[in-house]
Parts: sequence; C-alpha cells; structure tokens
Amino acid sequence: MDGSRLPEGTRESDAIAGGAGEAVPHDSAHLHVSGGAFYTDDLPEPRELLHLAVGMSQRAHARIKSIDLAAVRAADGVIDVMTAADIPGVNNCGPVIADDPILAPGLVQYVGQAVFAVAAETVTAARKAAKLARIEYEELAAILDPLTAIDADSFVLPSETIRRGDSRKAIDAASHQLSGRLHLGGQDQFYLEGQIAMALPREDGDLFIYSSTQHPGEVQHLVANAIGRLNKDVVVECRRMGGAFGGKESQPALIACIAALMAQKTGRPCKLRLDRDDDMIMTGKRHDFVIEYEVGFDDTGRLAGIEFMFASRCGMSADLSGAINDRTMFHCDNAYYLGDATIVSHRCKTHTVSNTAFRGFGGPQGMFGIEYVMDDIARHLGRDPLEIRRRNFYGIGERNVTHYSQTVEDNILEEIVGRVATTSDYARRAAEIRQFNATSQVLKRGIALTPVKFGISFTATHLNQAGALLHIYTDGTVHINHGGTEMGQGLFTKVAQVVAEELQIDLERIKITASDTSKVPNASATAASSGSDLNGKAAQAAARKIKKRLVRFAVEHFGVEPDEVAFRNNAVRVGEETLDFAEFIRLAWFARTSLSATGFYRTPKIHYDRATFSGRPFFYYAYGAAVSEVIIDTLTGEHRLLRVDILHDCGKSLNPAIDMGQIEGGFVQGAGWLTTEELWWNERGELKTHAPSTYKIPVSSDLPVDFRVAMFEPGLNQEKSIYRSKAVGEPPLMLGLSVFHAVRDAIASVGGTGCRPLLTAPATPEAVLAAIEALHDKEAAA
Amino acid sequence: MSTATGTVRFVLDGEIVAIDNPDPTRTVLQYLREDLRRIGTKEGCAEGDCGACTVALAEVDRSGARLQIRAINSCIQFLATLDGKELITVESLRGSDGSLHPVQQAMVDCHGSQCGFCTPGFVMSMFVLFKNNARPTRRDIDDALAGNLCRCTGYSPIIKAATDMYALAARRTGQQSWLLAPCAPGNICGSDERARKDRLVSIAHDETLEVAWRGRRFIAPRTLADLAESLRDHPQATLLAGGTDVGLWVTKELREIETLIYTGAVLELREITTSKTHLEIGAAVPLTDAMPAILAHWPDLEELLLRFASPPIRNAGTLGGNVANGSPIGDSMPALLALDASLVLTKFRDSDPGLSQRSLSLKDFYIDYRNTAREPGEVLERIRLPLPVASSQLRSFKVSKRFDQDISAVCGAYYLELDGNRVAVARLAYGGMAAIPKRAEACEQALIGREWNVDSVHQAMSALEEDFSPVSDMRASARYRRAVARNLLMRFYLETTAADSTRVYNYGRQSLA
Repeated sequence: MDGSRLPEGTRESDAIAGGAGEAVPHDSAHLHVSGGAFYTDDLPEPRELLHLAVGMSQRAHARIKSIDLAAVRAADGVIDVMTAADIPGVNNCGPVIADDPILAPGLVQYVGQAVFAVAAETVTAARKAAKLARIEYEELAAILDPLTAIDADSFVLPSETIRRGDSRKAIDAASHQLSGRLHLGGQDQFYLEGQIAMALPREDGDLFIYSSTQHPGEVQHLVANAIGRLNKDVVVECRRMGGAFGGKESQPALIACIAALMAQKTGRPCKLRLDRDDDMIMTGKRHDFVIEYEVGFDDTGRLAGIEFMFASRCGMSADLSGAINDRTMFHCDNAYYLGDATIVSHRCKTHTVSNTAFRGFGGPQGMFGIEYVMDDIARHLGRDPLEIRRRNFYGIGERNVTHYSQTVEDNILEEIVGRVATTSDYARRAAEIRQFNATSQVLKRGIALTPVKFGISFTATHLNQAGALLHIYTDGTVHINHGGTEMGQGLFTKVAQVVAEELQIDLERIKITASDTSKVPNASATAASSGSDLNGKAAQAAARKIKKRLVRFAVEHFGVEPDEVAFRNNAVRVGEETLDFAEFIRLAWFARTSLSATGFYRTPKIHYDRATFSGRPFFYYAYGAAVSEVIIDTLTGEHRLLRVDILHDCGKSLNPAIDMGQIEGGFVQGAGWLTTEELWWNERGELKTHAPSTYKIPVSSDLPVDFRVAMFEPGLNQEKSIYRSKAVGEPPLMLGLSVFHAVRDAIASVGGTGCRPLLTAPATPEAVLAAIEALHDKEAAA
Repeated sequence: MSTATGTVRFVLDGEIVAIDNPDPTRTVLQYLREDLRRIGTKEGCAEGDCGACTVALAEVDRSGARLQIRAINSCIQFLATLDGKELITVESLRGSDGSLHPVQQAMVDCHGSQCGFCTPGFVMSMFVLFKNNARPTRRDIDDALAGNLCRCTGYSPIIKAATDMYALAARRTGQQSWLLAPCAPGNICGSDERARKDRLVSIAHDETLEVAWRGRRFIAPRTLADLAESLRDHPQATLLAGGTDVGLWVTKELREIETLIYTGAVLELREITTSKTHLEIGAAVPLTDAMPAILAHWPDLEELLLRFASPPIRNAGTLGGNVANGSPIGDSMPALLALDASLVLTKFRDSDPGLSQRSLSLKDFYIDYRNTAREPGEVLERIRLPLPVASSQLRSFKVSKRFDQDISAVCGAYYLELDGNRVAVARLAYGGMAAIPKRAEACEQALIGREWNVDSVHQAMSALEEDFSPVSDMRASARYRRAVARNLLMRFYLETTAADSTRVYNYGRQSLA
C-alpha cells in the first residue's frame, strides 16, 4: 500500500494490518463470491413462517367502491387477508408527513398502491391469491405529469424560492440572454436484492424485524406506530442489503409495516419479499423534472444572473421530496458562481408512485440544469464549453459565496479540472473530433468535460449525528456496532478500519455486526454520503473512550505516567514493557475496567435556516471531474462511450479500493440515468418499464474500453473529518453528466455554428435522433 | 411409444439426485433455495434478465468424449429439464478445504463485489468462461457477462477479475478437480472429467420422461416419433423448448400449465445439417449452437447475434423456439424472412402410423399477433435456410436502448442480389413494426429492377410507409420506429456501397480485443 495514505505517525514497518487508509477488501467479499453472505431472504426460516403478497391498485386515481376478497381467502394455502380496516395503529409509512397509507384506506392514488395483503403457506400461493380480488373503483381524474400538476395547483408541499440580488435586472442588463425548457427523466434504483422484510412475533406482543433497510430506526418507529405500540416494543436488524442507492431509505417501511401487521394479526412469523415487477411498480424512484431557465451573461460567457424553475414529479405523497427538492435548489450552481439568482422549486403531486431518495438526492437534477446552461452559453457564443465552465467556476477569496450564503472555502475545482484536462488531452482530442466530424457523414463524435462539486451533510441539520457501540472481549477481540447500514458501499469495512487504527490492532480481530436498533438507537438513515463521516467518528469516539480507561488502568496498575502508555501494532507499550494487546486487555478486565463504550458524534460548524434558505448546510464539498468521449450514429441515434477520464477527490481515502469502487460505480450509474435508463408510463398512469427486460441499466459492454480513473492526490479534507477523508457515496454519480454532454456535443456537429440541440434526458437512441431531426428541420426551414 | 419414467435424475456435487415426479414447473432456483436451502444462488428478477440466478450445467458433448459446460438462468429453468445433466452452483466451486476457486479469489482480489447480491451469478458466468475460453478478449468477457447486471461496481473490477482469474489458476498446482482446470488448448480429459462424464452416462436413459404431479404433466420424449405421438395425445399441450418465454408464464403470470411437452431431449431436433442448397437447423438446437452454423455462411450477422439476448438465454433458448413463438420482436425472424427460410412442420400420422411432414415458407407462417400456421398436433422440426449465392448480400440491424440483451425497438433485415448494378432480388423484413415479423413488400417492389443507387433507396424508404404502421410503446414511439426503419435501409445501402463504417458498435472495434 501507499505509505502516504497512512495517518500521521504511523510507519509501514510497525503498521497493523487493515488500518485506516489501507486498500483491504470488503469484509464480506469472501462470502459474496462463495454464496455465503446472508441477505434477508437467506436467513433460516422460522417454523410456521407465512409468506405475504400485496394486492395492488389497478387505477391511478380512484375511490374504492367495494373490495371483494372472498376468492382470495378461499384460495389454496391462504391463511389470512388484511386491509386498511385491520390496522390497529396509524395507517402510515410516510417518513416526514403522515400522508403515505400502508394500505389504501378507500382512495387509491397510483397504479400499484397497496390495497390489501394476503398471507399464505407459500410465496406462490400468496401471489396467486392476491390476483383473485375483485375491486370496484370509481375513477377520478388523474394527474400524470408535473406540468399538469402545476396547472391544477397540485403539490405535495409548498413551492419554495431562493433569491439573491435582482436576477431579473441582472439578466436584462446582460449583453446576452438565453432561455430554455429541459426534460429530465427519473431513474429506478434497481438494487439487485428487491425489497424484503421478515417479522417475528416475540413475547408480550413485541416484534423483531429483519428488514433490508438503510434506516432501521425509522422502520422501528413506523412499525411501532402501525401496530399501535411503542418504539421499545420493536427491534429492527439489518446485516446487509443487496444494494439500496436511496431506494431503501424510506421505502422499506411499507414492506416492514405490512409484514409486522400480518405477524401481529396471525401471531406467526411473516415474510414479504416483493417480486421484481411489483417492486418497481410499487416503490419510488428518482424524481423526473421539467426545468426552465433564463440566463444573462457577458461576451466572455460569465453569468450575470439566472432564473431557474424546477418542477419535479413527487408522486402521490411527500415522502422525502421536501429535502430532495431543497438539494436540487442548493446544487443548481454545481461548480459555478451564479451571480444574481432566483431559484423556484415546485413539488408536484401526481397520481404516480411517490418518488424518493436516489444517490444524489435531487442534487444531480439541479446540476443537470446548470450544466445544460453552461453548454448552451458556449454553443451560443461559439466557444468551447470547457472554457465557459472554467470562466464561471467559483473563485478563491472572491465570487465564492453560494446563492444560499455558504462560503466555498475548500475550492479545488481549477486544480482538478486543469489536471484531468491535461491528462485526458482534452484540447487536442476536441480538435481532432472536429476534423473527424467534418468528413464523417453518418458517425459523429463528441467530447465533454464536466465538474462536480457536491455538498456533504444532511441538509436537515439534526440528522447529522451518529452513535456507536464498542465492546472489547477478554481475548482482545472487538465487537463494533454503529448506526450505519451496509448496502455494499463498504461502510462496515471502513468503520472497522477506523477502530483498528484507533486501537492499533489488526482488522481481523474486529467483528462487524448487523445494524440493530437495540444496540444503537435513533440513528439517522445511512444516506447523504455521510455513513463513514458520521459513524467512523462515532466509532472512533467509542474507541477513544475505552482507550482512555485503559490508559488510566495502566497508570494505576503499572505506576507509569499516562504518556508512557502507547498502543501500537497489536500491543501496548507501558513504560519499558510491551504487552500483547490481548494480554493487556485481560489484565484490565481483571482490574475491573469497563471494556464497553458508546461513542457519539455530531457534525460541527453546520447551521442552516430553512425559512431563508441560508447558512452553512454543508460541512464541506467533495469535488471531481470527468471527460467523456462518445460516438453517435445519426441514422439511428445509437451511441457508444469510447473513452472516459475521471479525477475524483476522496480527501485522504479511508480505503482506496472501496472508494475507487464508489467512483467507478457511481459514474456508470450516472451515465445509465442519462442514456439507457428510461421510465415510461402509459396514458393510464401504468409504468410499463418495470423489469430488467424493459428497463435497461448499463451492462459490462457499456463501460468504455478506455476507462481511466484516478483519485486526486494528495487528497486532504480541509475540515477535520475522520482521518481527513471525504465522503464518496453520491458525488461520483454526477460525473455521468459528462456522457450526456458528450452526446450533445456530437449532435451539435450536425447543425450549424451556434446551434443548441434540444436533447432530452435520458439520451436514448430515440431522443438523440429526435434532436438530430430537429436540427435538420431547422436547417431546412432556414 | 417407448416406456416412460417419472424420475428426474441429475448430478449435484458428485451425487446423483433422483426426484420422483416433481412439480412440472418448479424452477431450478426454487428447488435450490426452497427445497435445499442452498441460498447462494439469488433471485433478482425471475425472468432471466439480471443473471443473479446463474448456474452452470454440464453435459456430455456431441463427441461423447468431453463435458460441455454452459451457464443458464435457474430462475426460469424447470427442474425436470435437468434430467441427465450435472448442476453446478456457486457453492460447488469452493474447495473441500474451504479454499476459494480462482474465479472467486480473483473477484475478491480485484474488489469485484460490493453489495454482493449479483456476485454469485457473475462468478458462475465467469466460471463458464474460465472453462470454455483460454484467452478471452474484452469483447469475449463483455459477451460472457452480457446477462449479468451489477448495479454497484460499474463492472471495471469484474472485467479485471475475469482477466486475472487464469493467472491465479495457473499458480495452483496439483489440482485434481475438473472445476479448477481452466480451458486450455489441447487440454486432455482428466480423470475427474472422466468420472463426471461416466456419472452422466450412468444416468442417461432412452425412455420418455413423464412426470405427473397433481394433474399436471411434463413429458420429455427422446425421439421425434414419440414427440409427435405425445402431441397427438395432448393436442392442447404447451410445447417447451428452451423455456425462456414459457418460464415467465409461470414466474410472472403465475399460470398453471397442464401439460408441457419438452423438445430438448429429442435427438433428431438437435441436429444441424448442411446440404448443397440449405443449412438445416433442428428446432431444439440452442441458439448458442445455431449461431456459429449461421455465421459460417453469413458472417455479417455477427453483430446481430452478439446482441441476441445473453449467453444464459442463448444456451437455453432455441432458434426453433424463437421462430415458433411468433413474437413480433424476436431477433432471428427478420433475417430468416429476408433469407426466405422455410419450416418443416411434423405431426403424427394415424392412418399409416409414422410421421407426416409439410414444408411452409416462413413468410406464410405468421398470421397475426402470436398466431401462427402451426396446426394442433404439429411440431416445428427444422428450419431450412437457403445457402448464399455469389452475388447476394445480407445484413440485419437491431436497434434498442442498450447494445446487449435488450429487446428490439426495430430490427431490420436486408437481402439483396444484384445483376450488375440492377436489383435482381430484394427481400426486406422487419421486427417491431407490426403485430408479426413481416416482409416489406411494397418496399421490395420499389427496389426490384431498379439501379442500386441513392435515388432508388430513397424511394424505397418512402414505400415503407405502405408496409407498416407501427405502434408506440415503452421501447419506442411509432415515429421513431418509422424513421429508423427507413434509415436502416439507408445504412444497408451505405454498407454495400461505401467503405465508411456506419455502425457505432463497430467503430474502433480493433481496440476491443
């Protein structure tokens, strides 16, 4: 490993195995590859387990006139059936506002909404029975897209505005003005493991729940409410998820509540595992947007003022849409100083599934808006888009205050972008591509460099807290638990590395255990890229607490000064003597030292007033940049990614191998969102892309053959984050914007100078061909 | 009819498993996870599109000397079709001492798993690659992984693992297990492979497999005559070939199929023959085997065939199934229609017991949406493809949102014979443009007898309006389908006349190696 990544004061020669900064494999890798990792559906099934299925609404918006479940009850293997009327507690699984019924109480608001649940002896019996219900509906007018919602004044939450200066005046006074309307599609999380929960009745009406969730605490609270009990009566555990990406932040509550309610009703363990199609129809996705902009700028392309209107499809309930759309408003600057700005955000209520968190949490949509504007300005002025982007970067010491009043203090945009522009040979390739396009009739190439600046912290300040629980056993091994969850991102590995580093013991001595509401209470969701930042610090605090006690023990027991006690390389040096860690721990235990501690962390410096949209919502920013080159076929609109260069900032990485996985995986997911992944509803509000046969996430061959990914060196978080690392869960997703703009660059070669092709996202072959045809039509008309 | 058995026999981890009369539509995945609690194999979609359920099947190959190993999707493969085969799952790969297989170790070393849920499926696809290809190119790796979705890694570390796994295997010495021996040219049959082969030979049988379970049936005849007879006895039976569509009737539509007659064990239907005039492909030949035979004569179809589903689907699915199923978006039919392929349909003859056959042009086979000219009691026996003549050209282009394993928005096929520069024969066919795969007759008429030049092509492009009125759906709008159908004809023209590449997927292809 690279010695420079080690925390200060640690030398390679006496380093422990698996400390902070080391590129160790994921703690479960050996289990993943051999089929030995237990996901919720793999747990041994308890005796008398019932399998559940959900009966779903067939209408987008309707009143239920009657439900006839006789045939469902009579079906083979069916044990029980449940509707909204059977819920003893609160019929809600909405995380923020109680507007999300578990089972529709009489009104259905999207195709796929849960209406009833059936419990049977087998999965197949339950699913077959669920199809036998006869539901009579009285259809109501359905709103199926955000613009119609705005016209109908249909919102899940009030619209919001951020204002700085007088954008109207600034735009009007500028030497150039442009405006446009953009359509940006949503995205299904497509975690490979579908939504699942198993509820086990315990004595006295308590429940134990296995849930595939990013937020066990919230599942606990919502289940307790639903079954009419208190938080203390419910325990939720999650060892790992088979992917989540935000799709298991709020959505698992629905699944767990149904399982819990049925377990309470029948007194038997109940498991609900959604079929893939039902999962995609029933659960929320990334918000799709209509974005309007108006911008004024000078001859050099520098922004004078901008106005944005963001209208998102929130679906039938609020879910997390408030915070998601807030983040869209925050991130519609991406890397750029906006000047005077007015940002309007509409949270549209539609009769479609309630949209929810997805990696980036509204940020990507905001950044899509401003990147499109940058591209438009460049094309309008006939300049290279990279030049215009750099012209508008936040300054250092000037032009460095965001439209929400946070000063950008850690700006490394020029360094990152300058470096990747050089290593990718951007300028030469851009020129070479122009030559190629001049002679190639059918195939056209395009290139784009886009930056990423992403704010790290939950924008709801109170969520930026975490707890951990650490035990040391008498053989010197360690059990660590924290409020974070493992969804594949390697959080458990990283936190264990922190503990290994703090206690100076090998990683293999540390057992990482399932997230459990009875060990660490009230934890925030593992979201907002914050998992390692928050839980790493909490675990560090717990380790330091015990270490302090151990030092005190050593001082008393050996009669040394505190500074004569040092933990180093699986041993403890006490004065002149060195004891093996396990031996030392045994002595400490014998001397009645507490070897268990909790740790707590809350992010410093952040504050934020939502009423005025101002303050410091983010502890720091993470940065990155990507250069993508594509080739398109102007006859069909098909395209292929030819080369990608990425430079990304992980601060001082806690685990370079795991962080590299986040960068590459995030990029590919972002590229998929903007190219192949299309959600398509019909006029009845039915989602018709609800399985991998119709919804196309990237596969291996979509990865460019020439794929060059590097971490920004030397990375260092200016803020005192855990070992000066930076969060890396979400930011790389937005590197995928470079692919979209490379496609747009290729399309622009078909039109004349100054043309601004209108490209909708995702840039499917159809969208690309439509953009090309529009250019042809414009030329024919001219 | 030959005697019958109701016992399904296959091999798992060296043991012969015998199951009497299983549920005829129980899937291999349900059997593994629910009956054996062998939970390493995962369900991601239950429709053969994500690959989390991938397992390998070994069979004695056609030569009878070696084992042939292939990946399949266990989520839509019926348990009864395992009869006579060896099933290999992710748990099978780990050594008895607990050591990881080189494929598994390479995935750990390269950080190829994150959430790990897709990983067992990837490991199995990579394992099959490891056994079948000694030195894969990047394109080979992409193709081997085309049926496996990973949402976490972005694939880069997995591709690296697929490259590195051979070196890890080479470092191991003294390995006895056939599972651990990578494909190598001239690799002779080792003792373990021989033992495995012998075990399969020991469970092979000649009688019809006839499983009965709660009033439902699964019948797997071994001969064409028995197949025809079964079909006479059960004229309403569902014919099951690879099951890559019928599997979904069960997992997605929850249908209860009363009688399944499986064509996969009928030896005559697994033949590929070439006469002086025709290539003939038996209806039960898996696409994986049919493709090289087709490519030998029409190498320009390579890209189409690469894009045709994924290896696990091509290993199970058959050309006959693709054709007989009659979906308007099947990928083989436009090319077969452009080639003027014909079908041999066979049924049991009662009067003078034996088989009666009829030949039908593929063009006349498709009547309406999922409605074909196959009569009750008839089975598709072979597909006959006329061999190319010297002056002929054939292309087929598929357009979809994703290169690999997607369903066509439009698939066009173009067959041309020139007399000088005059069009002597033109046959064009499209999928995705109508309720059936269909020839573009007005367009053909606009070309025949004309000079093969841009003007003729433009006129023919306009004539397509008469041939098709496509629909809008989640794959594409009618407008896009129309535009692409026209433009693909232009692409064909350009490919036959200009040296310039017109396909993005070919561009820079050399660097794919």
